[in-house]
Amino acid sequence: MINVVTQAKLWYWQRLSAMVLALCVVSHLAMIVYASRGGLTAAEILARTRGNAPFAAFYSVFVAACAIHVPIGLKSIAVEWLRWRERSASIAAAIIALALLVMGFRAVYAIFV
Amino acid sequence: MMRNVGAHGHPAWWAFVAHRISGLLLAIFLPLHFWALGTALSGAAALDAFLHFAEQPVVKFAQWCLVVLLVVHLTGGVRLLLVEFRPWSGLRKDWIAGTLGMAAMIGLVYALALIV
Repeated sequence: MINVVTQAKLWYWQRLSAMVLALCVVSHLAMIVYASRGGLTAAEILARTRGNAPFAAFYSVFVAACAIHVPIGLKSIAVEWLRWRERSASIAAAIIALALLVMGFRAVYAIFV
Repeated sequence: MMRNVGAHGHPAWWAFVAHRISGLLLAIFLPLHFWALGTALSGAAALDAFLHFAEQPVVKFAQWCLVVLLVVHLTGGVRLLLVEFRPWSGLRKDWIAGTLGMAAMIGLVYALALIV
């Protein structure tokens, strides 16, 4: 039986992160379309991102919101569609959250330094 | 799902399926995206090698699909937030139509950016 308080908290964090992500994704989409014109080159990307603190701050928030939002969504899929037990799905979600945080911040760092 | 067969086939059910599938595919893509950007740690040349790989038509098409999925998940997600947090006004089917419209519009804009 699922812990109702945990369920409610996950629901809340999923929605809160969704609100942050909605704003991030709109900016990100605009950036994607703008940057894609004429093809992408590393020089072009890095010229925009290296040493750009506001950019790094924005994408750090984006990564953190993803690391909250994605694992909760995947956990729902594991429980509802794959019939995983609540506990196994929660453990897997925590591992995915940590992996996304590490990989995401690594990516932001890689194009910032 | 299986217990509620009567709820299938409605626009809101299709919106749920589209939201879930787009979310799942985006979740699978995200680590690859982070890894690709992480190649810049080995220098601009490493990132360029990846970008060169991404120039292949099949990979470009996959990128286009991901952008469309992102728009679908974004617009569908905003609809869910409106359904859950704003005063009740039904299932907001106008937003389901809007999701398709936004996906088509941004899809065309992005296709143009990729081609030109």
